[in-house]
Amino acid sequence: MAPLTGRSTLACRRASRALAAALAFWAGAAVAEPPERVASINLCTDQLAMMLAEPEQLVSISRISHDPNVSVMLKEALKYPINHGQAEEVFRLNPDLVLAGQFTSSYTVGLLRRLGVEVAQLPIVNSLDQIPDAIREVGRLLGRGAQAETLAAQFSADLAALRASPDSRPRAALHYANNYTSGDKSLANDILTAAGFANIALEAGLSGGGTLPMERLVMLMPDLIISGQQYPGASRSEAVLTHPAMNALRDRHAGSALSDAEWVCGTPAVLRAITRLQEAGE
Amino acid sequence: MTRALALVLTLLVAALFALSLLVGPAGLSPATSLAALIRGEGLAETLVMREIRLPRAILAAMIGAALGLAGAAMQGYLRNPLAEPGLLGVSGSAALGAVIALQTGFAAQFALGLPSAALVGAVLAVGLILALAGPRGGSLTLILAGIAVSALAGALTALVLNLSPNPFAASEIMFWMMGSLADRSMTHVWLAAPFIAIGAVLLLVQGRAFDALTLGEDSAASLGVNLSRLRLVLVLAVASMVGAATAVAGAVGFVGLVVPHILRPFVGARPSSLLWASALGGAVLVLAADIAVRLVLPDRDLKLGVLTAIVGAPLFLHLVYKTRAQGL
Amino acid sequence: MSEFTLSDFSVARGPCDVLRDIDLTVGAGEFVGLLGPNGAGKTTLMRAALGMMPHRGRSTLSALPVAERARRAAWLPQAREIGWPISVEDVVTLGRLPHLARGQKPGGADRAAIDKALARMGLEGFRTRIATQLSGGEQARVLIARALAQDTPLLMADEPAAGLDPAHQLGLMDTLAAEAARGRSVIASLHDLGLAARYCTRLVVLWQGGIAADGPPQEVLTPDLLARVFQIRAYVRQTDDGPICQPLGVV
Repeated sequence: MAPLTGRSTLACRRASRALAAALAFWAGAAVAEPPERVASINLCTDQLAMMLAEPEQLVSISRISHDPNVSVMLKEALKYPINHGQAEEVFRLNPDLVLAGQFTSSYTVGLLRRLGVEVAQLPIVNSLDQIPDAIREVGRLLGRGAQAETLAAQFSADLAALRASPDSRPRAALHYANNYTSGDKSLANDILTAAGFANIALEAGLSGGGTLPMERLVMLMPDLIISGQQYPGASRSEAVLTHPAMNALRDRHAGSALSDAEWVCGTPAVLRAITRLQEAGE
Repeated sequence: MTRALALVLTLLVAALFALSLLVGPAGLSPATSLAALIRGEGLAETLVMREIRLPRAILAAMIGAALGLAGAAMQGYLRNPLAEPGLLGVSGSAALGAVIALQTGFAAQFALGLPSAALVGAVLAVGLILALAGPRGGSLTLILAGIAVSALAGALTALVLNLSPNPFAASEIMFWMMGSLADRSMTHVWLAAPFIAIGAVLLLVQGRAFDALTLGEDSAASLGVNLSRLRLVLVLAVASMVGAATAVAGAVGFVGLVVPHILRPFVGARPSSLLWASALGGAVLVLAADIAVRLVLPDRDLKLGVLTAIVGAPLFLHLVYKTRAQGL
Repeated sequence: MSEFTLSDFSVARGPCDVLRDIDLTVGAGEFVGLLGPNGAGKTTLMRAALGMMPHRGRSTLSALPVAERARRAAWLPQAREIGWPISVEDVVTLGRLPHLARGQKPGGADRAAIDKALARMGLEGFRTRIATQLSGGEQARVLIARALAQDTPLLMADEPAAGLDPAHQLGLMDTLAAEAARGRSVIASLHDLGLAARYCTRLVVLWQGGIAADGPPQEVLTPDLLARVFQIRAYVRQTDDGPICQPLGVV
């Protein structure tokens, strides 16, 4: 009987808090009470939360933040317990705010919301300009507006200092597993444009993401090939990255660079990606 | 009749091979393609022709020949038109072997690790099927054994891929079960070629034994066929060819079923003639299918096995119906 | 030298001996009818003698290499299997395989043997017909022609007459007897005692794992043996038309 009672009181408490928050919002209260227990279930919200949260405020981050292949803040992330993004385990953490991505499973999000958990879904960042907004949004959600403002301003300044606008832009190809590439309206495109390159996917007429057959990529003769990173274990999808045609193109014509974890999320980490790309271009 | 058939099939292989070299998203003119392929004119064009399209065309011909020949040989041995490496789970088991080799790193450790592992998977499957089906492969036993072996191999392949630390691996079950030649390279040609060549030679010189088996095991033995050696050769050769083909292209089904079935009337149903005819016919079918996947959905990696199954499955059902009518 | 000699020959199936201590020699010119009730071991004797089943003791045939054996003995199993729709001529041509070197095409001598075999079985008009589309009896004749075309000193057949119409049964027995008369050895298992009595030069009766009787038909087909081995009584007479053996009833 005890656990049941415990859960129902928990649910009551949460419901009353949600009600209070709604009332405060309805009353037009300027600042809501900052959440005390925040869980993040998305790699990118993990990073922004780790940058902005008060000590003890962030109680859990997603499992992949502990994966050295995709996590840009591994050292920091190892300090936090992880979750697997499943509604049941997240609910048990008793969070008063869950940070999720735009494409986090709608079942998970829906279930958490039905259980009375407040879930904030942050939109995917498709351009460098959206990064300060994302920082500010997470800051507002965490009640850390001032810190977020500082971080966003710093990012904008750093980006402005890095941003290159050369007269002639070397042409770069983004080449990911399965010949996937990114066209305009993508963060990767913004990163390579900021680094002073032109994206050949635009020449091929691709908008957003899509596949560019290897034949066409080779025919476009890019000056730089930015390959997606290879994960441990083998996959046929990644075999294209080291296909003899690509290797020959790198050997005889194009420079090479790697697109890795720093390219994934709209966080200040992209500045390092831009810097590295500029170094590769030199 | 057979000479005319050989000529027609050879011409078809040559024509489709050439066409395969000319089809691709790069949109090169035939003259440019040829200049790049033969004389190496233009870096990009040469890379496209020699590193992307040439291996693809060679693999299509090679793998088609391997699957056609393996199908004809299995049918000849079991005297059953339903025998086919894909349906009997041989390809699936080869894929399992290949996936295990790739995910454990065995494939990366020595040059022929990948096809060898696929061969081992295929040997186990062929051996099991022959043991279950017995000397005269009854259709029902054969199909049931095939279903069981296929299902198990498929499930284990999915398991191995799911356990992989690689985020892409899990989504590649489709490739292993349906097969594709997209973005393969000369490396794959060299990996598969020796295994397929050895298997093909082993089987092609056994033509007479397959002919004699038309009259059953006893008659064949009395005509001088060494049955236990033939069985061993069959297991190794089929496994070698199907293993190598699957290791580089995934499991392409129905080729070994469709091709012998279509060509049988043209060779007077003689199993020995059907062997080489099915090798050529298999090359024709897979070359054509691989051209079709590029023309139908140029931007997607449409799997080869999808096309061969669309052609093959109805034929298979027809054959099941026919053998049922014969009370087999 | 005889093509077919068994000495101290035994065949086991599981723990039991199906055949025990058989001594049997068949010489040139003999047409041996192998008789015995169901399960007496007629098929087993022939298959084991050919080396297709494990056995103890000596068999001249099973001691030979497989390829050599195929040139000495033709074997016609009871199961009339033609696995693929190949032509009658192709089926009969298979009989020539033991005589062709690897990759060699059938030559003049092979053609002659094929033509002769087709002619003996009355199949000249069937050459290009698809063997699997023929009636059961016709298929049986095609397979016999294949064995004849193998042109071996010894011809062994497992119930070759089963399923043939009376005319073709008689024709077949005539052919086998003629082959024996030409100097071949012929061994055929038979159930039809009448045919055996009329055509065979010698009858060997298998019973309870051994040879119950061996000799010319009139000496073998005694009322006592028929009652003991086959549990029948029969009308057996030497007539102007040759010997007659007509089973009359069960004992």
